[in-house]
Amino acid sequence: MWHWLFTTGLLQTILAYLATAGFGVLLNIPRRAVNLSGWVGAAGWLTYEVLYQVLPTTIDVKLAIGNLVAAIVIGVASGLAAHYKQMPMIIFNIPSLVPLVPGGQSYRVVRNLVTGHPEIANQYLAQVVIIAGVIAIGFLVAEFINRMTWHLAASLKQL
Amino acid sequence: MTEPKLLMQTTLLAGAILLENGAEIARVEDTMHRIATNAGYPDAQIFVLLTGITVSLPETDASQVRAIHQRGMDLEKVDQVNTLSRQFANQTIDLKQFAEALARVNQAVPTFPFSWLVIAALVVSVTLMVAFTGHATPTDLITCGLAGMVGFAAYYWVNRLAHIRFLSEFVGAFLIGLITLIGSYLTQNNYHPDAIIIGAVMPLVPGVAITNAVRDTMTGNLLSGPARAIEAILSACAIGLGIALTSIFY
Repeated sequence: MWHWLFTTGLLQTILAYLATAGFGVLLNIPRRAVNLSGWVGAAGWLTYEVLYQVLPTTIDVKLAIGNLVAAIVIGVASGLAAHYKQMPMIIFNIPSLVPLVPGGQSYRVVRNLVTGHPEIANQYLAQVVIIAGVIAIGFLVAEFINRMTWHLAASLKQL
Repeated sequence: MTEPKLLMQTTLLAGAILLENGAEIARVEDTMHRIATNAGYPDAQIFVLLTGITVSLPETDASQVRAIHQRGMDLEKVDQVNTLSRQFANQTIDLKQFAEALARVNQAVPTFPFSWLVIAALVVSVTLMVAFTGHATPTDLITCGLAGMVGFAAYYWVNRLAHIRFLSEFVGAFLIGLITLIGSYLTQNNYHPDAIIIGAVMPLVPGVAITNAVRDTMTGNLLSGPARAIEAILSACAIGLGIALTSIFY
């Protein structure tokens, strides 16, 4: 596990950082947010990869739990980043999702349907539905955590 | 109390910029409601759909509509509207200055030059190919980078020149498929066309749109969420068909 973390894990984190920063440029986020949103994306993808390695279940369950926790990490991290940089959260959480989001699967659904492999298309369609739903739920949980944190911080200040 | 007509137009413009550049419905409604409240109309009624916005001020018997025809992704504009809305809330700018600043946001905002975008598309394609599939032979890396750049450039220019939705995705995907196909004839072994294609389509693919569709539906926007989903499905179809056209020749 530790060996994995310092070889593949490190490489995957760097790749996710570059991918998120690149996607941020494609979405035209403000320049001063590119670096930070790259790190948010790297944190999310590392969470997903570690869970994918550790969990002893079937692929669909791995996808669901991995994406759920990764989305929560991204949501909380981008809440903090948004607070720190005084920018809307959407600037950090949309680019950070790019490694997780079911874009590749959605294209594979159509491609397999057209080339005559409906069973494979069905598998990928299931993945699209699972991942999209789970990410949306993860963001709701992250929103809840963020609000609780601000609430706590505000009441601590009053003491 | 400020002038209701100017207020309604400003609120609508702010909402339209947010909606056209990738914000979720809940965020658009929230920002518009804040602007109206800060201008002295806390019970303004705001109704946001994916294709149009309505604002109505019950006290003055007035309402205005704005249709939304194009949706893209430009988070710099979202940030600018957010900043202006905060300044308006702090009363560092008044309504008139706010309206003028919004009109400027909508016309010209500093964007990354085209060369940066193409390099970003290359980075996204290559890194995600390696992250997803683990294939990293030199031919894979070069072909994927090339396909990602050409695919995105075609997508960008068709969008700019022709304004035809879904055609840009189709052309981009078709070129990606074509480059991968040519690569497979030029090289003999250590070549993974599936990995190359999955990396190269990543800048075009509607993953964020699908997730936003689910998020909008979950916040109770039962019309806008599914509408977004249909938009995402159409662009996934365009990309899938573009690739499938070339994959017959393997």
